[in-house]
Amino acid sequence: MSATVIIINLATLACFILAFLKDRQKAIRGLAVAAKAFIRILPLVFIIIILIGLLLGFVPQALIARIIGEQAGFDGLLLVAFLGAILHIPSLISYPLAGSLLEGGASVTAVAAFITTLTMIGLLTLPLEIKELGKKMAFLRNGLSFIVALLIALLMGVIL
Amino acid sequence: MKGKKRAVFWRTFLRDTLFLVIVLAVAVVLLGFFPEKRVVVTRVSWKFFVELILILPAVMVLMGLFSVFISRETVVKYLGKTSGLKGFLLALFFGALPTGPLYVAFPLAAVLIQKGARRANIVIFLSAWACIKIPQEVVELQFLGLKFMAARLALITIFVILMGLIIERIINWTEQRPALSKKADHSPDI
Repeated sequence: MSATVIIINLATLACFILAFLKDRQKAIRGLAVAAKAFIRILPLVFIIIILIGLLLGFVPQALIARIIGEQAGFDGLLLVAFLGAILHIPSLISYPLAGSLLEGGASVTAVAAFITTLTMIGLLTLPLEIKELGKKMAFLRNGLSFIVALLIALLMGVIL
Repeated sequence: MKGKKRAVFWRTFLRDTLFLVIVLAVAVVLLGFFPEKRVVVTRVSWKFFVELILILPAVMVLMGLFSVFISRETVVKYLGKTSGLKGFLLALFFGALPTGPLYVAFPLAAVLIQKGARRANIVIFLSAWACIKIPQEVVELQFLGLKFMAARLALITIFVILMGLIIERIINWTEQRPALSKKADHSPDI
């Protein structure tokens, strides 16, 4: 078991004990919310782990590396950034997918671009964003987020 | 309202389960045709499943607790009026707290705008909500490692604040412009 696993589980336990001591009913309500969220995400968890297995089992590393690897060009980067922007994968299960891509030969830059556009930009939630915040703000936020995601990804490639 | 929410919950759950059945069927057929791939595919899937299931319940409990204990009123109270660097940091902090998906944040942001919060803070708050969520960082740490997670977190923090300031400038500039051109109408042509 990794340190991350132990720390997060202990921290959560500590939070729950604190919450329970502060307000018993609220703490239990929090657990109920958690259980519901967990059930809701469970099918997606199984889908993503099957897809990851198939991805790493069937798609040759050379192919992944050619499209989004270290030597791949800017086109590959734009492609994954765009995919990240239009796909609607819950962020929690997108990290294992990103990890598998990295394992499968993708570059740090490509994976960072994918994760960043995926979380920052939501085409599916854009109508709601426009309704609540107005067209100008919604388009500016999503558009600039795309550019920012590319910049972050390129810098990540330089740093790591 | 509650009944409707429950219906939506089960509908998405059923839809995802149906999707899962399809993916599973595709996997079974593929592995039937390529038996030599069975070992590697199941090994990879199992490895990722274990890594995920060891942290997911904890992440969910954290999110559940925070969504119950940190009310919308608290967020509005703290973010409505603060300014300067403190405002940026609070916006980052409240955005990053483990509560709810992004679509919950939009109505909250709309309330904040009505309360007179800075545009920059709203953008920072929304962006932090979208991609600096504490549970997300935990899962990122687990699957992409400390270096990757820390570097991306640092870069995002910097860029999100810059983006907030830029968007605020643009919105203020475009909102002032109609007023300026009206004035120009009254001034004599050169």
